[in-house]
Amino acid sequence: MNDGNAKSGVVNVKIRKLFSIIGPFLGLGMIILLFSVLEPEKFPTFFNFLTVANQTVIVALAAMGMTYIIISGGIDLSVGSLIALTTVVTALLVDHGVNPFIAAVGGVLASTLCGVVSGWLIGYMKIIPFIATLGMMGIARGVSKWMAGQQKVDAPMTWLWELMSRSPSLKWMIVSPGVWIMIVSAVIVTVMLKYSLFGRYTFAIGSNESTARLCGIHVERMKFFIYSFGGFMTGIAGVMQFSRLTVGDPTVAVGRELDVIAAVVIGGGSLSGGEGSILGTLIGAFIMAFLRNGCNMTGIPNYVQEIIIGIIIIGAVAIDKLRHNKAT
Amino acid sequence: MPDIILSMTGISKSFGGVKALRGVNLEVAHGEVHALIGENGAGKSTLMKILSGAIKADNGEMFLDGEPYRPRDPLQARQTGISMVYQELNLAMHLTVEENLMLGIEKSQFGLIRRNMYRDRIREALDTLQHPDLTPNARVMDLSPAARQLVEIARGLITDTKVYVLDEPTSSLSKMDTEHLFGVINTLKSRNVSIIYISHFLEEIKYVADRFTVLRDGETVGHGDVRDTTTEKIIELMVGRPLTDMFPRIPHEIGEELISVSNISSKPLPEQVTFTVRRGEILGIAGLVGAGRTETLRILYGLNELSSGEIKISGYSGITGKITPPVMIGRKVAYLSEDRKNEGLALECTIAVNITLSSLKKHGTWGFVSDRTLNETSHRWVDTLAIKVDSVTNKVESLSGGNQQKVALARLLEEEADVFLLDEPTRGVDVGSKVEIFRLIGELASQGKALIIVSSYLPELLGICDTIAVMHRGILGSKQPVEQWDEFSIMNEATSGIEGTV
Repeated sequence: MNDGNAKSGVVNVKIRKLFSIIGPFLGLGMIILLFSVLEPEKFPTFFNFLTVANQTVIVALAAMGMTYIIISGGIDLSVGSLIALTTVVTALLVDHGVNPFIAAVGGVLASTLCGVVSGWLIGYMKIIPFIATLGMMGIARGVSKWMAGQQKVDAPMTWLWELMSRSPSLKWMIVSPGVWIMIVSAVIVTVMLKYSLFGRYTFAIGSNESTARLCGIHVERMKFFIYSFGGFMTGIAGVMQFSRLTVGDPTVAVGRELDVIAAVVIGGGSLSGGEGSILGTLIGAFIMAFLRNGCNMTGIPNYVQEIIIGIIIIGAVAIDKLRHNKAT
Repeated sequence: MPDIILSMTGISKSFGGVKALRGVNLEVAHGEVHALIGENGAGKSTLMKILSGAIKADNGEMFLDGEPYRPRDPLQARQTGISMVYQELNLAMHLTVEENLMLGIEKSQFGLIRRNMYRDRIREALDTLQHPDLTPNARVMDLSPAARQLVEIARGLITDTKVYVLDEPTSSLSKMDTEHLFGVINTLKSRNVSIIYISHFLEEIKYVADRFTVLRDGETVGHGDVRDTTTEKIIELMVGRPLTDMFPRIPHEIGEELISVSNISSKPLPEQVTFTVRRGEILGIAGLVGAGRTETLRILYGLNELSSGEIKISGYSGITGKITPPVMIGRKVAYLSEDRKNEGLALECTIAVNITLSSLKKHGTWGFVSDRTLNETSHRWVDTLAIKVDSVTNKVESLSGGNQQKVALARLLEEEADVFLLDEPTRGVDVGSKVEIFRLIGELASQGKALIIVSSYLPELLGICDTIAVMHRGILGSKQPVEQWDEFSIMNEATSGIEGTV
C-alpha cells in the first residue's frame, strides 16, 4: 500500500513539475487567445507581435539580471534609476562626440558600477538587499539628474537609435536589433544559470545560505557578483531605453523595477529564493506586454490594465503557493 | 496503583511511510516526576508534540484528570493544563518577562492590554521560582539561559498547569543552576503538579525522578520505579541490545599526526582548546551543550572566527589570513553540521545537489557542470551508503532522518577529506542507520582519516572513539585513551571541570 502511495506521489510530483513549467505558457496563451477574439483584425498580426516583442525588450533584459538576484534570495529596487542613469551617461558621451559604441559601453559601465556598489554593500557589508538597493535607487536617480542638469540630454543621431527601430535598415533582421540582443542574452544567461558554477551557486545561496557557506561557497563574493551582473544587465536595458527615447532622460523608468520584479515573479521566481528561471521570466515579461498592448488596442482604460496586472501578479504567486502547500 | 493524572494509551503516529510511534503507553501520576527516556529518534519528541497538540496522533487515546483529552492546538493544550518547556525556548527576546508571561493570554479592553489583571499572579509565580534576576520588567534577552528557562516555567504557573514537560532542561545549565532547578521541581511537586522529565543524563534522572518510561523505536519497552531499577538496566532497555552489537569495531591503526590545534579561542567560546589527532584516530569530544564543543569544530572549519591560537594540518603550509570554509576544504577538512535542517542540508534542493554542492568545482570544466555527471556521482554514493531513495533528483526533505544524514555524510566523502569534523553525527537518526554510521566512521579511520566527533550521547563516544577529551566551559581537558573513561568520569569532568583548572 505504501508502495502504491509512493508511486502515485512520484507521478504527482511529475505532474506538478510539468504544470509549473507550462503554467506561465498557458497564461500567456490564454491572454493572446482572449485578445485575438476581442480584436481579431489588429491584435493577432505579425506586425503587432513584433511591436510587443519590441516593447518587452527593456523589461526582459533587466529582468534577466533580476532573475539571478531573486533566485539568490535578494531583490534590486534600483533598476529604474539605473536605466535612467544609463540613458543620461550614454547621451552625454554621444553628445561629446564619443564613438556611439564606446558611449553605450560607458552607459552600461555606469550601471554596472552601481551594481558593484550594491553588491559590495550586500555581500561584504551585510546590508540587507532591500535597504542597499533602495538607497542605490535614490543615489542613481539623483546622480542622473545632476549629470543631466535636471533636463533631457539631447544627443545627435547615431546608429544607436536603430537598436529599437521596428523596421531595421538591415532588412534580413526582420525584428529590431534590440529583440535579437534580448534573444541572444536569454540563451546565454539560461545556459549560465543552468550549467555554470555561477548559476548553481546562485541557486544554492537562495535555497539555503548557511548550507552554501558550509559547502565552501564564497557567499559574500557570489552576492557581489550577482548584483554586479544585475547592474550590467540593467545597463544593457538602459541602452535600449536610450535608443527608444533617442535622448538621455533622468526621469525615465520611474518604478520600472516593479515591472521587472513582477516579470520574474509571474514567471515562477520565488522571493524567498531558490526558485526561478529565465524562460519563466521572459514569459512573465511577455504576459505584461501583451496585456498592455491588447488593452490599449481594445480601448480598455489604463486603470483597468493596472488592476488586471495587479491581479495577475497576486494570482501567479497564489497559484504557486497552492502548489507548494500540496507538495508538503 | 498511584493516582493517575495523565494517561496516553496506544498512541501511534506515522510520517509518510515512517512509523514514528507504534502504540506507545505513558501514565503519569499526580505530583510525580516521570522520566521519559530514550535515544534520539526513539519517539520522545513526537509523543510530546502529540501531548502538546502540535501534531495529532493517528491512533490512541489520552485522558487528563479522568477526562478525554484531545487538544486541537498547543494553545488549547496550554489552557487545559499541559505546559511545554523546550530546549529551544519559545520566548520573545525583546519583550520583558511580564510581557512574555502574558503573551497569548492578555485580556484587553478597548484594544488596550489590562496589565493589572495578571500583575499579582505574575509576582506570585516569580516568587515561587526564587531567582534574583527574575523581575517583571527585565528584558528576556538580558537574562541567563537558566533564568529564561524559569520564565517558561513561570508561564505554566500562571495558567494553572497540571503537567509540565521539561525537555532536556539541564543540558545548558551550570551545576548551580541545575540544583536551583531541582529545587523548583520539588516545589512544583509539593503543589501536586506532575512533571514529565526528558533527559539523557541518567544520574540526573536517578536523582530527580520517581518513575520512568523507556521508549525505543517508537514503542514503550519498559517502565518502573527509578529507585528499584539499576542504571545498567535502563541503558539496556534504551539500546535494546548489548552495547557490543551497537558499536561495530572496525580494526584501524593509528598513524602519524594529521591535525594539531594549539591554544585556539574565540568570542565568546571556546576559551582554550589544544589537541592533536593522528591518522586513523577517532577523537571524541564530550561535554555539556553550551560548553563550546560545536564552536570549536566551527572554528576548525572556518565558520566561526578564530581569535587566537593556531591550527596546523600536516602536509599543508600554515594558514595565513582569514580561515574560511573554502580554505579548510582545500586542506581536506570536512564538517558535518549538528543542525541538519537549517544548515547541514538544503532541504528543498535535490539529493544530487546536496551531495555534490561542495565539490562542484571538481566536476566542472571551464566553470560549467552537467547534471548527468552529478547524478552519476550521487548514484555511486547512494549505492555505497545504502541510502534509500527513489531517485537522486528527489528533494532531500522527502527522506527520513537517517537517510538525510547519510546524504550529508556522502557530501563529506565526495570531498575526499582527510579530517572529518562530525558534530552530533547520529542526532535524529534511527537505530539501524546509527549502526551503519558508526561502521562508516570505523571504516574511515581504517583508511587513515582523522575523525573528531562531538556527541552528547556518552555510550556512543565510549563505544566508537579511540580517545576522548572533555570540554567544560570553553576549556578542553586533556585527551585520554577511551579505556580510561566511563560515563561517570566524563560527566564529572563535564559538569565540574578538572580540579585546579577552573
